[in-house]
Order: sequence, then structure tokens, then C-alpha cells
Amino acid sequence: MKQLIKGNEAIVKSAILAGCRAFYGYPITPASEIAEAAALYLPRAGGVFLQAESEVAAINMLYGAAAAGVRALTASSGPGISLMQEGISYLAGAELPCVIADIMRGGPGLGNIAPEQGDYNQVVKGGGHGNYRTLVLAPDSVQEMADLTRLAFDLADEYRNPVVVLADGYTGQMMEPVEFPAAAMLPRRPAWAVDGTAATRRNLITSIYLEPDQLEAHVRKLETKYRRAEQQAVRFESHRTEDAEIVLVGYGIVARILKAVVEQARAQGLAVGLLRPITLYPFPAAELRRLSRQALAFLVVEMSTGQMVEDVRLALEGRRPVEFYGRCGGNVPSAEEILRWVRERADHYWPAFAPEEMADA
Amino acid sequence: MPEYTVIHEKARSFYDLYERKAELQHQTHYCPGCGHGIVHKLVAEAIDELGIQDRTILVTPVGCSVFGYYYFDVGNVQAAHGRASAVACAVKRALPESVVLSYQGDGDLAAIGTAEILHAANRGENITVIFVNNAIYAMTGGQMAPTTLLGQSSTTTPSGRNEWNEGYPLHVCELLAALEAPVYLERVALGNNKQIMGAARAVRRAIGNQVKSLGFSLVEILSPCPTIWRKDPVEAQHWVRDEMAKVFPLGVFRDRGTEAGARPAAAPPPALDEVPRLLGIVNGSRLMTDRGGATVDWRIKVAGFGGQGVLMLGEVLAEAGLDAGMEVSWLPSYGPEMRSGTSNCHVRLAAAPIDSPLVSRPNVLLALNQPSLEKFLPTVEPGGWVFYNGQTPPRNGVRADVRVIGRPFTQVGDELGDARAGNMVMLGALLEATGLLPDEAVEGALKRVVKSERWLELDRRALARGRAAVREGSLP
Repeated sequence: MKQLIKGNEAIVKSAILAGCRAFYGYPITPASEIAEAAALYLPRAGGVFLQAESEVAAINMLYGAAAAGVRALTASSGPGISLMQEGISYLAGAELPCVIADIMRGGPGLGNIAPEQGDYNQVVKGGGHGNYRTLVLAPDSVQEMADLTRLAFDLADEYRNPVVVLADGYTGQMMEPVEFPAAAMLPRRPAWAVDGTAATRRNLITSIYLEPDQLEAHVRKLETKYRRAEQQAVRFESHRTEDAEIVLVGYGIVARILKAVVEQARAQGLAVGLLRPITLYPFPAAELRRLSRQALAFLVVEMSTGQMVEDVRLALEGRRPVEFYGRCGGNVPSAEEILRWVRERADHYWPAFAPEEMADA
Repeated sequence: MPEYTVIHEKARSFYDLYERKAELQHQTHYCPGCGHGIVHKLVAEAIDELGIQDRTILVTPVGCSVFGYYYFDVGNVQAAHGRASAVACAVKRALPESVVLSYQGDGDLAAIGTAEILHAANRGENITVIFVNNAIYAMTGGQMAPTTLLGQSSTTTPSGRNEWNEGYPLHVCELLAALEAPVYLERVALGNNKQIMGAARAVRRAIGNQVKSLGFSLVEILSPCPTIWRKDPVEAQHWVRDEMAKVFPLGVFRDRGTEAGARPAAAPPPALDEVPRLLGIVNGSRLMTDRGGATVDWRIKVAGFGGQGVLMLGEVLAEAGLDAGMEVSWLPSYGPEMRSGTSNCHVRLAAAPIDSPLVSRPNVLLALNQPSLEKFLPTVEPGGWVFYNGQTPPRNGVRADVRVIGRPFTQVGDELGDARAGNMVMLGALLEATGLLPDEAVEGALKRVVKSERWLELDRRALARGRAAVREGSLP
């Protein structure tokens, strides 16, 4: 049965149902409800909740829990994620799975507590040191906060790598109906874990490889995993793109607004569709290239000054124009203002390029 | 070949060959005279004596002992600089049966990891910390440590540590002894064989405390670093005994090993099939009255001052919509307007899946105060509904193309017993005027949202008054 709950709370319930038994975190608006729900529910499920002394400590506690073979979760927002980057690099280097929820707020610096999408670069590009990536999932509804959290744990285990659920303050705070899985699961401890038994006594969790050849081999191994993720883990939602001449691109809460824009634009006779990346890394680059065979232009909307737009441009490699509309500082663009911009850009493109002329440029 | 009896052998918790060291597996990577070799031996022998090799997990830091896992045949986890004690806490909490040792140097523990060790100690984590203090950053080539002595030269204090620039050597045992939780804190040294014997006892004690589940134990070991100190091994041992121990007095700073009781064990976890219920996930079905037909699309903005029940009014609408078989969303306003003490939320109730949960063009505006009315009235769609508190029309004018109902909702709530029930009076009026939701859905929602019986009763009366206000025009 569907229940009306907040996005932040959905993450915790879904995590516990997926077998998460450890939460370490530090409070920060607008992610604190995650820690609060974890404090309430994890002990009931026989798990560990601890409010750490800092985000630095929290992410390293995740490292310890993951090394012990436990599914572990933390949650934070921009400034806290910045502090966790060192630990995330270690987790990726030591091939430890964990899930990190980033409920984005306004930055840089202290910024504000209103929703923004300014953490894209630091999260999607692997904000810590070294050659690693985090897999990044971007929910656009409370149901997806639950579903993608569960998926995040599975992907983290499959790739032995940190996975980030990247949402914004709105998606964390809003309530929508959610259907949870009927049954809880508890995966077995992985064979590589160090779990204090004779069987795992010679297991080792580390990220140091002093010999250049050894480290290169290790980094190549990580790279192979990321290439595999790029082949197998990409997710996106296409909304009315079949005949779209203009494709809007947005993720998270922005994609919800863009869906309203698509309907309103269609009502005005504009052939507009939406591509919503669900995985931000790996990025749905192939789908963008496929759409470029029919679309005249790609219009990217973010609650930032333009971060994901760079990945759209890289994916399209100049095949089609890519334009950007962004709001930030906690301002959320309305469907009406985006529609005005889309109309204006459509007026720019349609007279100049007839769709048939662009067919196989 | 003569028969012989082994009276002393290599600790079993050491590997026979250091296989992880590849071609150099016959030797350690420690310098001649380094204290780490001795400390490793004391730790390995304690593990053997306590019979805990399989259960032991060693967390190694960044520093010369980063490769502790070359030597210790136990579970090994290598940690980031300064974070070993944070990592150790989580390993121990995940595996209460294990014995977790956090092996840290002075830079790691007393500079970059000060917060982690302080809080691990303050929480009384049931871990054992082996703190090797050699008053220098050795692996990185001899920079100043937080424990470097005054006047001691290092590559970053070329003229010697100066208290006016670098402050004083940090006394970790004394610092942690100011906390309530630690069970055992002792400073020992490797300055001569007698001191080493004392160190062996302390290490055994600190690990034994954990086996007995007593709590946080730390042994600080003053340890020689001949290479960086530019002394021969014998001089270095002398320096530990004669100079370091003067600044860092040896002794027991805390010992509750006999009086402390074992920490309470965690309750056993619930059966897995109990977990959904423990999370408040309910099974069963909704009313699903499938209300409103295929085109219904209510876009509602609720706005007012904080404390007027703005968010709760929206929540009741969303819960009731869910019961009525609609798609719903509820979004609290979360923007700059919160700062002025106003609050608003966006509610959508629709037949079709909801695209944007943001309501920028409402077809229902519920304005619980005048500023909200004036701010949002211009955004209401033509043909929409506006309910506002009081009878004063908005200063920016009443629109002819919307249906406006102004009543003293808050005042009615006050008359009923609490001005905060004004939100439910307004909800009653909305329901009566629009037929937006069936009664049973609203009643079901109220029961879920309102926890206290007193308020439930008051809110029901408020709803009825609001309905009557519209039906009979019984409000002024």
C-alpha cells in the first residue's frame, strides 16, 4: 500500500529494507531528516546509528562498516559532501561499497539551505583525489528516493564502489506516495570483507600500492569497472522524445518541472520532449547521440550555473546546439519561465533549420 | 642432531614470511632501532596470549606503520591519515565479537586525527588504541609532530620547536584523562628492557579490557626513531628514557579495569520479516474511491504565518487525496520567504500522474494571512478559488475572474477553542465549496495526521463550522 512520506524518510526506510545496518552522519539542512529517521529506525532493525563528530569521521566510519561487510549509509549536503571527498576517494580506492545521499543546497561556501543542483561536479566527477568515479543516481520523486536507494546498494555491492544518491532539498522535503517492497532483505557478508573470523583473517582492505606498476594495475582494474558501468548501468527516462525536435535535458526536481513544460509546449504545438538522466554517472551519452539524429537542439535546465550541461556537450560532440537555462541560489525555475525560454529558443531554431535538412547532418 | 625445546618463539600472530612484501619478504621495512618492531612484537604476543588471533582486526594508519598488514596475520584494514580510530569504531560496532586495534602514530592521532580520537574516547568505544609517540613525522622525512619537544629540531622547525610559534608538545593521555568514558589510559616507553616489559603489560591490559568488553583503552608508547633523530639505536633509546619521558611522564592516567562493568550487549536483531512493520510500513488497501474522474487536477497553494497550521492543512489534503484514489504531492516551501516567518506549501491532487509538484499557477489558493493573499492572488488561474482569512479585501484588489471566499477563519477557530484550528475551518469551507474530497477520505487523513484526541475532536468541529460557513452563510 502506498504511504505518503517525505523523500528523506523514504531513503532510510528503503535502505533498511535493502539490508543497510549502519548509518554514520553529521546533521546538515536539508538532509538532517535522513539522520533523524535513521536514528529512529536503524536501532529497531538491529542496526547501528551514530551521529559522528564530523562528516570526515562519518565517511571514515562508513569505510569501517563497509570493510566489515555491512551495508552502510550516510547523508549530507554540499558542504558536508565536500568534507567527505577524501573518504570517498579512499572507499573507491579500497573498493568498498557504500551509499551516500547528497541532498543538495545552495552554495558555494555556506550558501543557503534552499534547493540547488550545484553539487553535480563534485559528486559526478569524483570530487576527491585520484582516478576514480562514483556511480550517481538522481531521483526525481519520493518513490525514486526509495527505489534508487535500493538500487544504489545493489550497484555499490556489484561494483564494489561508493554510490551517491544525488537529490535536492525539494525532493528530500516533499511528500509523495511511496510503495515499498513487501519484504526486507539482508545480504550475506561478502567474502572479501574483514569480519573477525578465521575464514577472513587474511583479507586486507587497503588503497596503498607503493609500486607504480602495482598502482597502475589497480587503477586500470577500477577503470575497467567504470567502463563496465558505462555499458551496463546507464539509466534514463525519455518523455515524449519520439518526435521531439527540441529535447529538454534535466535531472531530479527540474525534470519534474520540465515534464510540465513539455505538456504546455505540446499544447502550443511545439514538438518538445524530455530526456531525464537517472544515472548521472554513467551518463546517458549514447541516448543523447541517438536523439541528435532527429532533434534540432538540446536545451538543458539546471538549478545551477551550468554543470551537467558540460556532459551533454561532451556527449553530443558538437552534433547539435546545446543551450542552457539555469537558476540558482535556491530559486527554482517555474514551468512558465522555462516555457518562455523554450519558445524563444524554438523561434530561433525553427526558421533557420527545417527538420528534414538536419536529418543526417 | 641434539634434541632441543623451544622456550621462546616468534608470535603466531606474525606471518612466517612477509609475503605481502614480495621479494623483500625476509625482512621488515623498519629501520634498525625503530620502536615499531618492538611494539609490533608486544601486540602480536598479547594477541597470542589472549587467544584472539582469528577475532582480531588491526586498523593501520598512515605513517611508518601503514604496512602493519605485512606482518600481522590478523584481519587488516588500512585507514586514511588520522581516521584510524573512526574506522575502528565502525568496524567494532559492526562486529561486536571482534577485537579491534587502532594502531596510530603521533601525527596521525594527535594532529590530523585529534577529533576522531577525542570522540572515540569520549564515546567510550570498546576499542584498543596503540599510540606510538616518537615526537616526529618519520615516514615523511622528519617534520614536526604535535608531540615534538620544545627546542627539538625537525625539517619544519629547523631552529627547534618554539612555543611562541608552534605551541607546546601535546599530552594525549592527560587530555583524554579529562574525559569520563575511557577505561584505561597509560603512557609507557621503550627506553630500556624494564620499560619494554612494562609496555608489554600495558598492551596486554589494553587489549584484554576490550576482550572483557570494558570499553576504551589507550596505551601511549614513547618510541625511538633513530634514523630521523640522527642518533644510533642506543643513543635513541637513551633519548626516549632521558628526554622524552621528562616531557611525557610515564604512568597510569586512568584505570577502571577492575571497577568497570562490561558494556551492555546490543539487543538481538529482530526477525527479518518483522522489519517492515518496525519501520511503520503498513499493508492493506486504501479506500480507493477513485474520485473526481479523469480530468481532475487541483493545484493548491496554502500560505500563511508559521504556526497557523499551513503545512498540516496541506498534509491533510494530500493524505485525503491519496485515500480518495488520486495522485498526490505535497511540497513545503523552502525558499527565502521562510525567513520572514511565513510558510507555504504546494499540494497537487490529480487523476493523472503528477508532473511538477511545484504549484506556480494555483487553481486553489488558501491564504491564512494578508501578505500571502496579496503575494499569491495574482498567480491564481482564472476560474480558480481563493479562500482568505478575514474580510479585508487585498490591497492589490480583488480579481473578478476568480471565486473569492473571505471569512474570519482564524477567529472562528479561536472561538472553538484554539486559533490554530482556523486552518481546519478553512479546509471545511474549501471542501463544502468545491466538493474536492469525500468526507470519509478527509476523516481518514485527519486520523493519520493528528495524533492527539483533543485536537482531533477540535479539528472535526472546526471542519464542520467551515462547511456550515459556506453552506449557510452562517459566518459573517
